[in-house]
Amino acid sequence: MSNNLMGIYTIWLRDLRRFLRDKSRIVGATVQPVLFLLFLGTGLSKGLTISFPGDDQAGYLTFIYPGIIGMSILFTSVFSAISIVWDREVGFLKEVMVAPIARWAVAIGKALGGSTVAMFQGAVMLIFAPLVGVKIGLGTILILIPLMLFVGLSLTSMGIVAAAYMNSMQGFTVIMNFIMLPMFFLSGAMFPISKLPLWLGVLVRINPLTYGVDLLRSATITMNHFSVAVDIGVVGTFGLIMTALAVIMFSRQEG
Amino acid sequence: MIIAENLRKEFKAKKGEIIQAVKGVSFHVRRGEIFGFLGPNGAGKTTTINMLCTLLRPTSGRALLNGYDVTEQPHSVRRSIGLVFQDPSLDERLTAWENLEFHGMIYGMTRLHRRREIDKILSMVELDKRKDDLVKTFSGGMRRRLEIARGLLHNPEILFLDEPTLGLDPQTRSHIWGYLHQLRKENHITIFLTTHYMDEAENSDSIAIIDHGEIVALGTPEGLKEKVGGDIIYLKAADNKKAAEFVKRTYGYDVKNGGDGISFEVEHGEEFLPSFIKNTDFEIHSVGVRRPTLEDVFLKLTGHAIREESVDFMESIRAHVRVKRRG
Repeated sequence: MSNNLMGIYTIWLRDLRRFLRDKSRIVGATVQPVLFLLFLGTGLSKGLTISFPGDDQAGYLTFIYPGIIGMSILFTSVFSAISIVWDREVGFLKEVMVAPIARWAVAIGKALGGSTVAMFQGAVMLIFAPLVGVKIGLGTILILIPLMLFVGLSLTSMGIVAAAYMNSMQGFTVIMNFIMLPMFFLSGAMFPISKLPLWLGVLVRINPLTYGVDLLRSATITMNHFSVAVDIGVVGTFGLIMTALAVIMFSRQEG
Repeated sequence: MIIAENLRKEFKAKKGEIIQAVKGVSFHVRRGEIFGFLGPNGAGKTTTINMLCTLLRPTSGRALLNGYDVTEQPHSVRRSIGLVFQDPSLDERLTAWENLEFHGMIYGMTRLHRRREIDKILSMVELDKRKDDLVKTFSGGMRRRLEIARGLLHNPEILFLDEPTLGLDPQTRSHIWGYLHQLRKENHITIFLTTHYMDEAENSDSIAIIDHGEIVALGTPEGLKEKVGGDIIYLKAADNKKAAEFVKRTYGYDVKNGGDGISFEVEHGEEFLPSFIKNTDFEIHSVGVRRPTLEDVFLKLTGHAIREESVDFMESIRAHVRVKRRG
């Protein structure tokens, strides 16, 4: 058991080290959500007449801000998990697979590594809070950190499951177009989900990220559609299922 | 140290057809021995190694390493072995030192023990001055040395080397063999080696020659060479076909075509040659006598040269492994 704990820690540490070292990746992963937030967000809030709490530009920007943090966590989590495919391509995965630790420990280490990295990336987004008129105190940050880890963990596990079906990094576009973008667009990150046509409302409600975004929104701007208990319940259940699947897939893998 | 009994591995191909990568191999490796697995690409060498090191489950058969069964006690097996894979397996974005630290940690070495061993092994493979550089910046030879260092870090009983010097220049190759012989002398480590380089196989105490998933011969390098019998006469003639027919007709020897000349076995080469040259009725460009090599052994046992094997079979096996991995 202590071996497996050490294995989890080792795999987690490697992900963290690689993340902190790769400055261009941090910058790259920050630019995209910032583009959404500042350009798309400002453009939409000015160009369309929709009423949001506050009724001004800050209203829409404030509204999408937690959603953009969610986007950042989603993309970083899945990307970290997909790095398993890269590890397999460059051969490093073999080094891990022949180590005297259990396969479930490899999966858990990877899931924790990815979610920690996603949490950091989400935390970088907090810097932009003043720009969109959101006041974030120390208390909020202390609540957000575990929440971001929590949401990140379920999404990283989902990414690990996806990685098990991928043959090469080329499959990433498929994951991007068929999992990540639909999940993001259907999460209510960019629009309120209360007045949607039925078909869209259904899709939004079966998307686990919707509840993750709702959770982040209630923590940052105290605005939520579902209750916190429902949010935590859905994200937690989804996370447990995905982690279990990730563990099973890793245990079955040969090579 | 290693006991393999009738080890088999089948892969399922696309249309339900089954590829037998390894068709029941058996062998024993004694403690402290260098055991060479010699065969062309696609012969089943890597598949055999992967079964021995618990990466692949054998379809049937049994293997014991250091007394542990590969399917029943994989963790004990993994702890007993060090591996240097055929394909590179380092994390390029970490430094040499970090790669070794990762290895030490995941093998459960304590911090102090780990650091001492890393320093020791890095100076052995002469990478101590580059230890804080990213592996990305390393040459092929340096990477290979680092991989060997990593395979040895946790002090395994058995070291597996899958084509350890593939694609390296002769100087680096002899360098690496220098370490391996030193290691074996100092630590009595058992080395299991696969290669398709004949001269590399010569380093082994025992050799198993494998072709199309089966062991066709097993023995010491000298013992195997004795199987060829006498000496090898090789010659290049203006018309090789005519020369081959002459040898068959006059002496009744079995002639093999290889490269741009022909070769055949005789009992006492040096004595045979003068009278042979006198008898010939065709133009000879060059002629010589040599002792049999493992190449000749391979040619004799399998009927084909080790290098002329097409890579298609290997590629198809790899493709299957990739498909398998997805599950």
